[in-house]
Amino acid sequence: MSNEGKTPILSLKNVSKVFAGYRAMDGVSLDVYPGQVLCLLGDNGAGKSTLIKVLSGFHEPTSGTIEVNGKPTVFKSPKDASNEGIATVHQFGGTFPLMSIGRSFFVGAEPTKGWGIFKRFDKKYANETAVREMQQLGITRVTDGERLIGSLSGGERQASAIARAVHFGAKVLILDEPTAALGVKEATHVLRIIMQAKLKGIAVILVTHNVSHALTVGDHFAVLIRGQKADDFVKGERTRDQITDLMAGGEAMADLENELNALTGTINQIH
Amino acid sequence: MSAKAQGSTNSVASKFGFGSLVRRPEFGALIGAVAVYIFFTIAGGKSFTDVGGSASWMNVAAEVGIIALPVALVMIAGDLDLSVGSTLAGSSMTFAILSGYYGLPTWIGAVAALLLGAGIGWLNGYLVTKTNLPAFVVTLATMFAVQGLTLGFTRLLVGSTSVTMTPDATFMFLFGNLIAGLFESAVIWWILVAALVSWILYKTKYGNWIYAIGGDVISARATGIPVAKVRIWLFVGSGVGAALVGVIQTCLYSGAQVAAGQSFVFNSIIAVVIGGVLLTGGYGSTIGVILGTITFGVVNQGIYYTGWDADWAALILGLLLLAAVLTNNTFRRLALSGGKNKKENK
Repeated sequence: MSNEGKTPILSLKNVSKVFAGYRAMDGVSLDVYPGQVLCLLGDNGAGKSTLIKVLSGFHEPTSGTIEVNGKPTVFKSPKDASNEGIATVHQFGGTFPLMSIGRSFFVGAEPTKGWGIFKRFDKKYANETAVREMQQLGITRVTDGERLIGSLSGGERQASAIARAVHFGAKVLILDEPTAALGVKEATHVLRIIMQAKLKGIAVILVTHNVSHALTVGDHFAVLIRGQKADDFVKGERTRDQITDLMAGGEAMADLENELNALTGTINQIH
Repeated sequence: MSAKAQGSTNSVASKFGFGSLVRRPEFGALIGAVAVYIFFTIAGGKSFTDVGGSASWMNVAAEVGIIALPVALVMIAGDLDLSVGSTLAGSSMTFAILSGYYGLPTWIGAVAALLLGAGIGWLNGYLVTKTNLPAFVVTLATMFAVQGLTLGFTRLLVGSTSVTMTPDATFMFLFGNLIAGLFESAVIWWILVAALVSWILYKTKYGNWIYAIGGDVISARATGIPVAKVRIWLFVGSGVGAALVGVIQTCLYSGAQVAAGQSFVFNSIIAVVIGGVLLTGGYGSTIGVILGTITFGVVNQGIYYTGWDADWAALILGLLLLAAVLTNNTFRRLALSGGKNKKENK
């Protein structure tokens, strides 16, 4: 897939973030294109969370620039980022477990009906819209918008959060470890939803340390190690083993595997 | 997906069935209120259920309820307000000193009392949101500070700890009236406050914001909700609620006492928690809080109709509080299971 001549919707130019002398992110450059899935790979502590927080406006970069559609932009707050159509979905999806599906779907953007002092929250519209948007993502088991978010399965909660982002016109969807807490079948559902979002022209940034999931949906890959971008490639340029080794720090991983093989006496490969 | 059919039957059941009732936050409070009412009807007999008996517990419930409802909003948003007792005494005293001791028109004293309540509430909210300290500590501090100020200024200005005041006819009718010679005007005010708080919680976007702030303050902020502003306004609400009861008591008893109101601190929290509001925020309903307040009033007053020593009322309330928290936890778990059976859950 060639991106030559296209303008990235979101672009990091040599971005660093320093916390009290610690470089959590060190000169990272990244391009994100509409209708593509960018997989951000890296072990725990590699700087993935920091990168997400910079992209979603929680942290301002210490140096470097963020460009939206080619224009340098500064995100002062998460609100600024969401105004540019950047939506972040965290590991557990719907973050208000004790709110109903309909209510949590519209937090901060409540639909109302009536006028003047009779203006009131439109519960019926909220519930119907939330359920319809989730069903469009293939979550057909959810039919009642009054149900609490906490009663949904992990995959359904992810779907509700993604449906919310899509409904509010997200152009860039950042998914933070969406499959980490899920079983095999649920994870597959979420990957399918990611593909649906991509086909709608949304730029998806998938943060994961599961190489299989990344290879299934990813168009473009970036590997972070200790705050730096260690590799950057497109679909088909690397094998699964190469990626796994890189994520875990290359040779160290090979040594670990050898040691493990010596202990177990079988030919083992860790993914 | 074979779960499809099952899902739709679930939703039909949850719309009309017993299941949806059980999953509402006020279900535990409903059981509690009905249970204590039946208990005292049996133990207290006819004089508890007649008009006089009903007025007795309703008057107590109304005064607690006017404070408990705005406090419930504070608690659903994840905060706590311990200063309501001092606020009540402070505004009641302000009212009596201005309109009684200095002889100013009644309305000036009443407005000053309500403004004082709003001011203390604003200060609580400002300190909580600025310092990021727990509301528990901040409102504990203002509770003592306001108590000290009330005592100090009253002694300084009046030279006594109680002040008498005669409200004018309008204020007597609005706040200090006994309807049918039995029911305090507080009952009407309670109904008005309940309607207003319910409207805010269920029918405005602010209600949604309150739930979201109590559920997850960071995510709430990320969606653009002005979190600090909302929390400050909620404290202003509980301050005004406390001041309103202060005004009512001053009119009703034709005067104010420095030591008034401290029982409302824990009584309002008891009513709110029995009513199914989660102490950590994010969950609760006004109907639940009203039922919790009724439970409180019934136990508090019902004991006098049984012929037993009234000391036992506190024991019953303590046990009820514990039982309420345990059952509410159970019902909340049921709500989170969404009516799914365990097998489907896995």
